[in-house]
Amino acid sequence: MQERELSGAALERFLERSILFTTLEKMVNWSRKSSLWPVSFGLACCAIEMMAMGASRFDIARFGAELFRASPRQADLMIVAGTVTQKMAPVVKRIYEQMPEPKWVIAMGACTISGGIFNNYSVVQGIDKMLPVDVYVPGCPPTPEGLIFGLMKLQQKIEKEPLRRLWER
Amino acid sequence: MGNERLAIEKIKERIGEGAIAEIKQFRNEVTIVVHKEAILEVAKLLREDPVLDYDFLSDVCGVDWLGKTYRFEVVYHLYSLQHNSRLRLKVRLEEKEPSLPSVVEVWPTANWHEREVFDMFGIVFTGHPDLRRILNPDDFDGFPYRKDFPIR
Repeated sequence: MQERELSGAALERFLERSILFTTLEKMVNWSRKSSLWPVSFGLACCAIEMMAMGASRFDIARFGAELFRASPRQADLMIVAGTVTQKMAPVVKRIYEQMPEPKWVIAMGACTISGGIFNNYSVVQGIDKMLPVDVYVPGCPPTPEGLIFGLMKLQQKIEKEPLRRLWER
Repeated sequence: MGNERLAIEKIKERIGEGAIAEIKQFRNEVTIVVHKEAILEVAKLLREDPVLDYDFLSDVCGVDWLGKTYRFEVVYHLYSLQHNSRLRLKVRLEEKEPSLPSVVEVWPTANWHEREVFDMFGIVFTGHPDLRRILNPDDFDGFPYRKDFPIR
């Protein structure tokens, strides 16, 4: 737009306004943590709180994470929300494997973390037996605020990730 | 009331008194305990008779009375939409190899109900077109709704 050539103090002021110095690592991590798209996926009552978190009252759009994707291939984050039964476990695993790298997992609620009150034949006693969990959000169910806190914790974790994850896998 | 009495009479008349093991009434709910050999005939009669017309099988469930002579019970809840009439059928089964005829050919909805009873109690419905587990994984070992199934 600017046709005329800048020089001296004017050029310096222009550069101050327009150029940002950072590291690639920070830049990549910043963009990753600011667009955490979760996969649309709920298993039990926790999913209701997860939906509340996505809707306007709690609104995770403020954290760039509102875009619940219908396909795991477009998602970065899996919020395992609810009781994982033995029969559902292979399905959960497959959806996780369909997500492209990099990907993160939040284990939401007592059932997902440890099986909760369901210590019996049909329920997986903790999703971390199958998936690498990044953040655990306890509660039965956790409040939307609690889950948002978990999301922010995950963002802090992503900020600190080393760059080599760029080339991993 | 009314149609249940008629149902009992018709069963006695068409199939014979031997089909019925016991008749119970509690708070205007009528339960007919049927011998397992007769269940298919009774089901057909109740469904196909235009006066009785029990066209809706709302549930099939199993019961485990651990320790009794007849350990297992299969319960059918019938409903006639036309006559607004409900009827409960029960079949008692012994512990050894519990099996009874399937009623899928009478009410197709029994397909999944019977699979559930088979899955949870291990009761075999002979003549069922596709008797597989429905809730538990296919390779599951045991029948979890049996009273002697370990909780953990």
